[in-house]
Amino acid sequence: MTKFNYTAKDFKSAAEVRWCPGCGDYAIMNAVQKTMADMDIAHKDFAVISGIGCSSRFPYYMSTYGFHTIHGRAAAIASGVKSANPALTVWVITGDGDSLAIGGNHFIHLVRRNIDLNLILFNNKIYGLTKGQYSPTTDRGFITKTSPFGTIEDAFVPGQLVLGSRGTFFARALDSNVKHTQEVLADAAQHKGTSVVEVLQNCVIFNDGIHDYVADPKFRAERQLFLKKGQPMIFGEQEDKGLILENGHLKVVKIGENGITRNDILVHHPEEDNLGLQVALINMALPEFPVAMGVVRSVEAPVYDQEMKKQIETVQSKRRVSCMDELLQSGNTWTVDGENCSEPVKFFDNKCFEK
Amino acid sequence: MKDAKVIELEEVAIRFSGDSGDGMQLTGTLFSDTSALLGNDISTFPDYPSEIRAPQGTVGGVSGFQVQLGKKKITTPGDLAHVLVAMNPAALKANAAFLNPGASIIFDVDSFSEKNFEKAQYKTFDAFAELKLEDFIQIPVPITSMTKESLKDLELDNKSVLRCKNMFALGLICWMFDRPLDYIEGFIQKKFGKKPVIAEANLKVLHDGYNYGMNIQQATPQYIVHPAPIEKGLYRNINGNNATAWGFIAAAEKAGLELFIGSYPITPATDVLQALAERKDLGVKSFQAEDEIAGICTTIGAAFAGHLAVTSTSGPGFALKSEALGLSVMAELPIVVVNVQRGGPSTGLPTKTEQSDLLQTLYGRNGESPLVVIAASTPSDCFYYAYLSAKIALERMVPVVLLTDGFLGNGSEPWRVPTMDELPPITPRKATNPELFKPYLRDPETLAREWAVPGMEGYEHRIGGLEKNAAGAVSHDPENHHINTEIRAAKVEKVADMIPELEVVGESEGDLLVVGWGGTYGHMISSVRAMQDAGKKVSLAHFNYIKPLPKNTAEVFSKFKKIVVCELNLGQFASYLRDKVPGLHYYQVNKMKGLPFSVHELVENFEKILEA
Repeated sequence: MTKFNYTAKDFKSAAEVRWCPGCGDYAIMNAVQKTMADMDIAHKDFAVISGIGCSSRFPYYMSTYGFHTIHGRAAAIASGVKSANPALTVWVITGDGDSLAIGGNHFIHLVRRNIDLNLILFNNKIYGLTKGQYSPTTDRGFITKTSPFGTIEDAFVPGQLVLGSRGTFFARALDSNVKHTQEVLADAAQHKGTSVVEVLQNCVIFNDGIHDYVADPKFRAERQLFLKKGQPMIFGEQEDKGLILENGHLKVVKIGENGITRNDILVHHPEEDNLGLQVALINMALPEFPVAMGVVRSVEAPVYDQEMKKQIETVQSKRRVSCMDELLQSGNTWTVDGENCSEPVKFFDNKCFEK
Repeated sequence: MKDAKVIELEEVAIRFSGDSGDGMQLTGTLFSDTSALLGNDISTFPDYPSEIRAPQGTVGGVSGFQVQLGKKKITTPGDLAHVLVAMNPAALKANAAFLNPGASIIFDVDSFSEKNFEKAQYKTFDAFAELKLEDFIQIPVPITSMTKESLKDLELDNKSVLRCKNMFALGLICWMFDRPLDYIEGFIQKKFGKKPVIAEANLKVLHDGYNYGMNIQQATPQYIVHPAPIEKGLYRNINGNNATAWGFIAAAEKAGLELFIGSYPITPATDVLQALAERKDLGVKSFQAEDEIAGICTTIGAAFAGHLAVTSTSGPGFALKSEALGLSVMAELPIVVVNVQRGGPSTGLPTKTEQSDLLQTLYGRNGESPLVVIAASTPSDCFYYAYLSAKIALERMVPVVLLTDGFLGNGSEPWRVPTMDELPPITPRKATNPELFKPYLRDPETLAREWAVPGMEGYEHRIGGLEKNAAGAVSHDPENHHINTEIRAAKVEKVADMIPELEVVGESEGDLLVVGWGGTYGHMISSVRAMQDAGKKVSLAHFNYIKPLPKNTAEVFSKFKKIVVCELNLGQFASYLRDKVPGLHYYQVNKMKGLPFSVHELVENFEKILEA
């Protein structure tokens, strides 16, 4: 029994959606709307904040409160929204350029403060809105309009950046796998603190197929490892492959070979503060490893907006000054009341304007 | 007892000067507060280097604090000092040009050593002759050795002993000006409550300095300054940055809103953030952001969420905030940005005052991006102009920039504190009918849109930096953009309906109208009064409202034969006036030294213009 009985449709606005046909953003938006409906929180209490880029048009297509801001600053603006009103459920929609290039500073500090926001990072490894330049997640050597001879720089791995910024929640999903994206978003919404969900997203026009090798449904079981809390990290068509630690490094092994059994396979604990292993999971790349999908890390830590509220309440519980008049009259003051003193004049009578 | 040479002055300016580690700011502040408590009107001017601890003994490392106290209303910290306390040769050198002829110079004779002469780059070992100060009253005091002697029975390390030197100087000055020590004693006991030995040391040295003054009175001219007749009421001493912070707290309380400040530390504006961070007891939410951009962006977010949201900065930070400020113009959210101006361009003169951000504030954004610009003119009226900035932002749904400067921000004066019922009401434009609500539907009178914030049921809507139509949908329609650009400009102009007309100090017509704006007020009024006392037909029009200008500006200007615009930049307000009130000849007085005007130089300029 839910309070509101919302469906995904309740979160769609009347605005015409203008992403390119086939864009991965459609699937992600469907997953978000479904997740919001399932959260059973009053519609008026959602705020969706975005920066600039294709994905950042997102708020216009939602029927919630929304703010389409400026390039790179969604994280900072959302931080202000949530700090001002912690009762709101705030979602940040951003891309690899918006969050990791121009907005990199706000991104890492949002994560460090652990403000209770849900941030969805649409990673298509390209600048789409400006028509095809390389981004901070574009792989070394990749040819784009601004790297006609290939890039000569390494890419950010978003999860590394999140964990390096003391992130408490990081998950990865794939645009075309709506069901799994929705599960991950639900976990992100549950998390107290900043939750970053990297969605591998396809840009049909400027970077079509960039995630195909990972995403190809035919090889999904072989190329993607779906992490589940408390479950062994097993993958493969036959569920016969898994991860172990050997000399401090992850290694793919086959169950049944060299005496390996299911019990030897590492069990996933996103709730444990095990940065080394969690970064290793984030770093896994084809062809040696499957790509880790799902919630990599979800640990508890103090939440900024709640701490801010708590601190004010604590100070107020033993305050000596409780209103402006008291503040004005506190501390070192003295009274002037001499013979040659004039009557006081109200500043705004003297200088002002309407009453 | 006090039968030494007693000099009675109407007003007297005292300058404390030493190494930036010598505690001169504290010494000056304690002396000023003591004087204010006695009923003197005061005006202060801290003048310190941008390095926290520049190399000891060098001229670049000199930190000064000037206070003027008097019987009358004091409007400036004084051009030139009557008394200088110089803790070393560098302090003497740095201040030689700022002394009244015949001023008294108290100096730490122990520090006038060859080594220190070299550090301060003197050419000879006779500082007074080299600086042409031989005719001044020289009062050599062995401050360092007396301090050491005073504390020899306490078990303190040398460094802690030397840190008490400033208290010796302070005690001496208190004797000279007949100030009681009780306020300072109370301060020391509170500050060093957890370090009783340090408290004892400071108190001992303070008293020894005072007694030293009494003992050598034959050689010391004593000054008596009588209390100033002023308005009745409750007073406190306040600097401009604190007054600004408090103005916002008052506005939030009056408006029934919570106050949010998102900001990043920058000299000389940091105190605004600090003063608000301190007031969690009044529910202030302070967010120290990762950079200047996040400072304004968190502020915009808090305004979107329904708070009175403000941010504080200085010139370089204001530049970084430009793009986001444009967003608040477009989204029509009520935020206030305080720019405590300093010398520029670039890092410029971080600790010195200037008025050179005016054109940046008016025009420094992409697109047609109008906003309201207000300037405070004294340390204490920062309170009222901060309050008013918030009122305008909340009632007209428009960003407001409040310009103060380093001189106002750090300078202090006694202030008759108002009560909250003296302040006008603030009525935020919160939306009231969800059936009729549209994000950009406007009040036909004021052109202000309504404010609906997340959590309000039935008002869910989207805003953003893209141009919108009235319903809030993104619009690239040419007509719509043209009209909206005009509306945003007109909305700012309509604020002229809620601000007072321009008042003139002096006759409403005459030979010369002196025009100023913002933090130069104290010096401007002093110089205009001096001209008026000399029988000249000179009046002052000092602006607090820059954009929009008061409605009667052109009319006021038309009554004078000559107009001179004085400002601490190359003529930014003069250019603006040439555009907004055209057809007049504007003379200019400009100064770019990182210092306030002096009354003397203003009077000299006005006389020249009158003769021209």
